[in-house]
Amino acid sequence: MSTMTVLDPTDETTPVARERTARPESLAGLTIGLLDISKPRGNVFLDRVEERLTELGASTRRFTKPTFSKPAPTDLRHEIATSCDAVIEALAD
Amino acid sequence: MSSPLLPDGLVAFVKKDCPTCELVVPVLAALGAERPMTIYTQDDPSFPAIDGVVDDTALETSWRSDIETVPTLIDVRDGVESGRIVGWSTDDWRKFTGIDTLGEGLPEHRPGCGSLSVDPEHADALEARFGDGLDSRRIEFATAEDPFEAMHDRGWSDGLPVVPPTPERVARMLTGTSRAADDIVAVVPPNLAEVTVEKIAINAVMAGCLPEYLPVVIAAVEAVCTDEFNMHGVLATTMGVAPVLIVNGPIRHEIGMNSGMNAFGQGTRANSTIGRALQLVVRNVGGGRPGEVDRSTQGQPGKVGMCFAEDEEGSPWTSLAESLGFDSDVSTVTAFCGEAPRIIFDQMTQDPDGLTESIAMVVRANVHPRITGMDTIVAICPEHMARFRDAGWDRARFETELTARLDVEVDGILRGFDNVDEGIPTGLGFEGSTLPKVRPGGLIVVHVGGPAGLFSSTFGGWVSGPMGSVPVTKEIVR
Repeated sequence: MSTMTVLDPTDETTPVARERTARPESLAGLTIGLLDISKPRGNVFLDRVEERLTELGASTRRFTKPTFSKPAPTDLRHEIATSCDAVIEALAD
Repeated sequence: MSSPLLPDGLVAFVKKDCPTCELVVPVLAALGAERPMTIYTQDDPSFPAIDGVVDDTALETSWRSDIETVPTLIDVRDGVESGRIVGWSTDDWRKFTGIDTLGEGLPEHRPGCGSLSVDPEHADALEARFGDGLDSRRIEFATAEDPFEAMHDRGWSDGLPVVPPTPERVARMLTGTSRAADDIVAVVPPNLAEVTVEKIAINAVMAGCLPEYLPVVIAAVEAVCTDEFNMHGVLATTMGVAPVLIVNGPIRHEIGMNSGMNAFGQGTRANSTIGRALQLVVRNVGGGRPGEVDRSTQGQPGKVGMCFAEDEEGSPWTSLAESLGFDSDVSTVTAFCGEAPRIIFDQMTQDPDGLTESIAMVVRANVHPRITGMDTIVAICPEHMARFRDAGWDRARFETELTARLDVEVDGILRGFDNVDEGIPTGLGFEGSTLPKVRPGGLIVVHVGGPAGLFSSTFGGWVSGPMGSVPVTKEIVR
């Protein structure tokens, strides 16, 4: 069998590996974003998570994606990233 | 590259600005007296001052002959290169020419110089001028590697074998379009990667397309990579939906698309490979792979590729594309986010009103009987269409009659009714009213299928409208 040359069918980019944000020692005093992706019953899940977080001394901020069927808008992602220490996303149904 | 462009006999490549070339001039003159001899000179047409010199200051012959070193001596027999030596070595040249006395008095060995055709100053320009114009990274499989396994291992395949996209095959694929290989066609989700005509051509080769299919694939990529179609969501959803491609216009016949018997099934190359090429573009260029951004719970066979043509000639109605405002001599592809087709089985109903109700009964069950507001394809088979034709119904009449039968009474689809919690929540004020099963504007009616059999089909949709996916039609430009 002789060698064969083919053309790369991909976009030829390599994903950048980034460190995850360090895990917080404690949730006390942190602001946790709660992102509802607009799926039915996502609020049920996030309401309960919010109760537990409040018990642990964290404050929460609620966010909602306009539709679950599209990625979160850039402005929303920016707002979450700049106003919260961590975010929990509800992929509920 | 082999060198049929070279004349038979001995062929030398030299440049004046190379001491080794200067050194071998007497040898070349001696060889020229014995055998047919052609000398390509790279930098000075007057060098060497002997017979048989050809001006290659444009470096085309050098580039096409893969010359890396001067001097290079090539033996060409019947248009085929039988061997080459580079630089100067008394032993090698004597062995190569069979002349034992060649180069007497010359040093035993000189390495030669770099060919101007590989000089970094010229190489890119020569590639652009004489090359195949393909920009994609070249990947060489090792001798012991099976290319088909190697492509699977690199994650380029949908699970079926793919055709190796060699530069030759890709160049041939590109003859199918008038667009430049480096034209950017779209930005492909989920990685939002720009896709060129060339990258689409590579994936079309892999899918098994012929060059004449390429314009359809390009138009399909354009269609799904719009905000309206929302390919990111279509890919990422847990629901098993996929682009369903419907082709209209003259190109259907020119490329041998099937709009008849088994049009949704196997057996027609264009139908099978165009949809697959689109999916390979999403996978390989966009990075959309099952288990990653593709989160489909069960998937469906159409995710390998789903593409068919409308039978326009056999239909008494305007075609889908004409109903969307395109001229009949324009070819189009319509992308619809759909489920797998489900059969509408009615072998008995002759009356057009009854048949419309029969079709509506199945459409009302699309996705789930209690889900409303989705887009829908209704694909009418020729024998069902004959009922409407005989009754004098046109497309508008059918669509109006069908839509009227697709208003669903909310009281029958309320959440909790019959112990089923799927449905419209109570207390929102919808009780006593109706909701449209199909989003207004979201009904796509086509005529397709073989001449015998009373089986039409419907494809349910996904989240419709601006919050989900809207069908998109693009003109196919050759």
